[in-house]
Amino acid sequence: MNDFQKELCSNLKKFCMDSIEPHMEHDDSEGKFRMEIFRGLGEYGVTGVTLPEEYGGAGLSYLDYSYVLEEIAKASVPYAVTVSVSSMVQFILNEYGTKTQKEKYLPALTSGEEIGAFALSESHAGSDAASLKTTAKKVDGGYVLNGTKMWITSGGIAKTYIVMARTGGDGAKGISAFIVRDGAPGFTFGKAEKKMGWKTSPTRELVFQNCFVPTEDRLLEEGKGFTVAMGGLDRGRVAIAAIGVGCAQRALDEAVKYSLTREQFKQPIFDFQGLQFMLADMALEVMSSRLMVLSAAQSIDDKKANSKLCSMAKLKATDAAMKVTTDAVQVLGGVGYTAEYPVERFMRDAKVLQIVEGTNQIQRVVIARHLKKEYENHA
Amino acid sequence: MWFFTPEERDIQKVCRDFARNELAPVAEHHDNTETFNLKAFKHMGDLGLLGITADPDYGGAGMGATAATIVMEEFGKACAGSTLSYLAHTILCVNNLNNNGSKEQKEKYLPKLITGEHVGCMGMSEPEYGSDAVGMQTKAVKTGDFYEITGNKMWITNAQYADVAYLYTRTGPGKKDLTTFVVEKGTPGFTVSKEIHKMGMRSSPTGELSFQKCRVPVANRIGNEGDSTIHMMKNLELERITIAGISLGIAQACLDQCVKYAGERKQFGKTLAHFQMIQKMIAEMYSETEAMRRMLYTVCYEYDHGNRSNNLASAVKLQLPKMATKIALDAIQLHGGYGYSREFPVERMMRDNKLNEIGAGTNEVMIMIIAKNLLSDALKN
Repeated sequence: MNDFQKELCSNLKKFCMDSIEPHMEHDDSEGKFRMEIFRGLGEYGVTGVTLPEEYGGAGLSYLDYSYVLEEIAKASVPYAVTVSVSSMVQFILNEYGTKTQKEKYLPALTSGEEIGAFALSESHAGSDAASLKTTAKKVDGGYVLNGTKMWITSGGIAKTYIVMARTGGDGAKGISAFIVRDGAPGFTFGKAEKKMGWKTSPTRELVFQNCFVPTEDRLLEEGKGFTVAMGGLDRGRVAIAAIGVGCAQRALDEAVKYSLTREQFKQPIFDFQGLQFMLADMALEVMSSRLMVLSAAQSIDDKKANSKLCSMAKLKATDAAMKVTTDAVQVLGGVGYTAEYPVERFMRDAKVLQIVEGTNQIQRVVIARHLKKEYENHA
Repeated sequence: MWFFTPEERDIQKVCRDFARNELAPVAEHHDNTETFNLKAFKHMGDLGLLGITADPDYGGAGMGATAATIVMEEFGKACAGSTLSYLAHTILCVNNLNNNGSKEQKEKYLPKLITGEHVGCMGMSEPEYGSDAVGMQTKAVKTGDFYEITGNKMWITNAQYADVAYLYTRTGPGKKDLTTFVVEKGTPGFTVSKEIHKMGMRSSPTGELSFQKCRVPVANRIGNEGDSTIHMMKNLELERITIAGISLGIAQACLDQCVKYAGERKQFGKTLAHFQMIQKMIAEMYSETEAMRRMLYTVCYEYDHGNRSNNLASAVKLQLPKMATKIALDAIQLHGGYGYSREFPVERMMRDNKLNEIGAGTNEVMIMIIAKNLLSDALKN
């Protein structure tokens, strides 16, 4: 970490511990999201970290952004996720949007005044996203959207949505991307998912019934929707990986602190070698994950994003988060299983990191695909 | 298993039907609302399951570890929380009383516990004494015909519903100066002080028992002063074996759910069952579940035939819950987003199973016991 990153993170850490942490146990049990916390993160300049300053972003690197996500995730995985999804929407708008679209939508997102969300998945199109069924029918002056999107992070709390819908035939080439605002006629929110974790981050269905979207809110030309969706893929994976590192780091912190103070058999449980081995393995998982994330983020900053490495970082860091949080519950024993200590919450939050942004099974498919290409080229 | 007796097979069928009809349909509801399914509990009494190991003279079924474990597996497939409460009642309270109580004590308490009129619990752990249970500080001081009990018992399954508590206390400074009592709800000075909110097993109530100069008659002492360690040793194996039974039920239910889902869910134009990665997950889940089953019921069989082993019971307790957590995590993964939602039972099963790695002796305590047994000679040098 350089001096700037250190300062950024130490200020942010204070905000997270003072303004997020005290609410988390309660809000997790109630499933409550607080807009004022998100806006507070906006005031710290971390809701649009990598966006250019001309649109209100902080103009920082992806490496800086990874540290930011890790720091927020240490207090709350769901708020880190809200930031990361909104940042992804900003990246897409900035990368593929017209000047008008950028000017219209970006400032409210970068400042943290509003939240952005990304709508690709449907009930039958999860890992197989290109099979989505939501349609966008061309009409005079725009398109009419019909269909239901599922598992939409920040559904209901976001104002700006990037929605993938079918304008052409089957497969990826028939998909286009649209910007849809909350409140658009024909756009409503469906079922809110009851989830195991990520409880403060709402996940909802988006329902489109003859929802009109003007042509100027289409991103790129027709049929380029999948390009838009895939354009943010490497970044999205590294972001989830960085959140995984934060999640695991927090669990490790809690486990070490507890083991140093808890006494059984007349000594701190830390003094048992069995615990020391567990803790050492946990620290190893956290550090190796972080190094992969930083290296993947660097490749993005160097404008030569290494997709294989991004997939590997996502896979490694989220598997590590699952393992480390599970072990942290174990280290704390009975109290670790209760809501009085945060580790069970982090364990529940960790699980879905292995599922979103491409399940870890899909990451393995991606890695294998890269391997095949590399080795065939060498042959 | 091939060696189950006809009676054990009957129990299996009764429990399977009961679990499918009465536990499974409301498991999600009780998990969501953190409520105990008292109605199902009472019905277990009608079916004669609440005293599965107890003496028939008091209404028990007089069966062994195999039968008790079969119940755990079958119930565990449907609702692990209800099963944990069943275990706390049947194994921790009823079986302990049955093994260690006097004739008078058994006549007084067992029949109502076995019909389900009363709910039972056991008090061992304390806030500062978890793994190190024998360090407990709840004190019982003898004054005339009474003992005055003061202290707190933590993590008590069924605390809020219990009519009868099987309680461990300290009656002297020595490591083995521990004495057991049976304490009734309503005894002055005995209160349930705190409801504990848990990650899983949410349909099984957990609370703290508080004793403040609670006067318990000498007649309620189980055995003699200092007998607790012997009582604990007699029951621990069965506790460990049966809790592992819950994990077996969870693993089997996860596997069943995955097989079903893999045949239904389509991605990339075919069902998940066609993907080799999914096949691998399911094949491994199956092999692990069968390894669990065969290890567990073999140990039960030996237990029932007079070949009890502290080490094997601990090994079962170490392996099964650990394997079931892995299987349940994989089951969520196989279901993707749906697995993470409350619509499918696998995320609940994972949350529930994690407790089995902690309750009734953590994995780490099991390791300690096994290592101490195996290395007892080596440790002398």
